[in-house]
Amino acid sequence: MRSRPTTVLLAALAASSLALAGCGSSSPTASSTTSTTAGSSPSTAAPITGSLDVFAAASLTGAFNSAKTTLARANPGLNLTYNFAGSNTLVTQIQQGAPADVFASADTKNMDKLVAAGLVDTPVTFARNKLEIAVAPGNPKHITGLADLAKPGVTVVLEAPGVPAGDYARAVLASQHITVRPKSLETDVKSALVKVTSGEADATVVYVTDVAAAGSAVTGVAVPDSLQPTITYPIAVVKATKNHAAAQAFVDSAVSGAVQKALEAAGFLPPQ
Amino acid sequence: MAFAAGAVVMIVLPLIGLLQRVSWSTLLSDLSAHDAFVALRLSLEVSLGALAIALVFGLPLAWILARHRFPGRALLRGLVTLPMVLPPVVGGIALLYAFGRRGLAGQVIYDLTGWRFVFNTSGAMLAAAFVSMPFLIVTAEASFRSMDRRGEEAAATLGASPAYRFRRVTLPAVAPALAAGAALSWARALGEFGATITFAGNLPGSTQTTPLLIYLDIESGHEATALALSLVLLLVSLGVLVGLRDRWLGNP
Repeated sequence: MRSRPTTVLLAALAASSLALAGCGSSSPTASSTTSTTAGSSPSTAAPITGSLDVFAAASLTGAFNSAKTTLARANPGLNLTYNFAGSNTLVTQIQQGAPADVFASADTKNMDKLVAAGLVDTPVTFARNKLEIAVAPGNPKHITGLADLAKPGVTVVLEAPGVPAGDYARAVLASQHITVRPKSLETDVKSALVKVTSGEADATVVYVTDVAAAGSAVTGVAVPDSLQPTITYPIAVVKATKNHAAAQAFVDSAVSGAVQKALEAAGFLPPQ
Repeated sequence: MAFAAGAVVMIVLPLIGLLQRVSWSTLLSDLSAHDAFVALRLSLEVSLGALAIALVFGLPLAWILARHRFPGRALLRGLVTLPMVLPPVVGGIALLYAFGRRGLAGQVIYDLTGWRFVFNTSGAMLAAAFVSMPFLIVTAEASFRSMDRRGEEAAATLGASPAYRFRRVTLPAVAPALAAGAALSWARALGEFGATITFAGNLPGSTQTTPLLIYLDIESGHEATALALSLVLLLVSLGVLVGLRDRWLGNP
C-alpha cells in the first residue's frame, strides 16, 4: 500500500499522454513550415537588411518561396524566414506574441481580427484569387460546372467551415441554390486536393492557384466570373516588429515588386 | 530527483494548462454545441467497432504467435506492433494505398461491390483498429504465453476437446489480462486522430470523431467546445488507466 500514490500518479501521467496523443500531435496541417535563406549577390535598389519573419497564409507558400530566391539575391544582408499556416492559426500565434514582422492573410476576416486588436499597421490588398473546381485528370466524370457537383454518383469534398476556401465555395453554391452533399470536410485546400489526386473524391473546390500548382495531377473546371466571390489577400506590418524598414519593404514588394511578380507567376490576380 | 520532477512538470503542466482554460460553468452547453454530441456518439461507435475488429482478428493472431512456432514468427510479431510506433498519419496514407478506392484491396472491393471504406464510418473503424489492435495483440499474446498451462494439460488428459479446453480453462485464466488489453486498445481507438483524418475523411456523423472535431474547433475559434471535448477524452482515458493500473503498470 506504501506505493499506491506513486502508482496512481503513474497512471495519471500515462493517461495524459494517451489522451493528448489524440488531440493534435499528429495533425498534418497544423504544423507550420519554416525555412531560411541568406543572400550573397550585390543589390540594385536600397537593400533590405536584418532578419525578417513573415507569417503567411498556406496558399501563398509556392509564390512566396519562389520570391525568396530573388529577394535573397537583391538583399544579401536579409535573413528572411517564412511561417506558413492557415490564416486563422497565424492570427492566434500573433495574438499570443509570436515574433512576426509581417502578416499576409488569405482573407480580410482574419486580418481584421488583428486590426481590431491594434496589433498591425493598416493592411493593404496585394493579391486576389478565384475559385476553381478541381477534378481528376481528364475529367472522367464530365463535370462542366458547379451544378454538376450536386449530381448523384459524383463524390465531392469541400473544406471545413472556417477554412476560407470552403466558406467561399458554400456561399457561391448557396447563391445558385445548388445543394452539394460533401463526403468530407477537409482541413485545408491542400488536403481537399489530395482527396481528388488520390482518386477518393471526384471533385473539390479550391483556388485557381492551387489547381495551377498541382500541375497535371488534377484538371481545372472554371467557375464563371459572374459567380466569383471577392477573394482578396491583405498584408500588413506587425506593430511589434523590431525591423520596421524591412517589414515595410516586404509589404511594398508584395504590392508591386519581386514578390508581386512571383504571385502573378503562380496565378494570383493583381490587387486591381 | 530534479530530473524526475522535470518529467512530471513536462507531462502534468500542459494538463493543468488545459484544465485551467476549461470553462466549467458552460461545460454542458459547450458539449451540446458544434456537433460535439454527434462526435462523442460517433467516437463511441467507432471505438467499439475497432475493438470488435481487434477481438475478432487480433485474438486468433495473438494465440498463434504465442503457441505456434513457425518461420518468420519474430518478423510477424514485429510487424503487428509497428502501428504502435508508426506516425498515425503514415498509417492513414498506407491504409489509403491498401483500402482506398484505388488501393490494392480497396479497388477490388469497390469494383465488385461498390463498397468503400473512405468517407465511411467503417473506414474510421478500420483506421482506429489499425492503430489500436497491437495493444490487444501484445497483451493477449503475453498472457497466452505466460499462463500456467498445467490446467490445460490436466483437461486434455481428462479428455476435454481443444475447443472446450480453450473455453473453460484457457479463457478464464487469461480473462483479466484480456480485459486489460481490450480496455487499453479501446482507449487508444477512442483517441485516434491522424490515420482517421488522412484515410477516412471528416464529416459530422460519419467520420468526424471527437479528436477530429477538437482539432477543427481549435482551428476555427470554437475553443470552449474543443476544451470541453478534450476534458471528456482526458477523463475517459484517465479512468481506463487508473482502472488498469495494477495490471498494466504492475503493482510493486
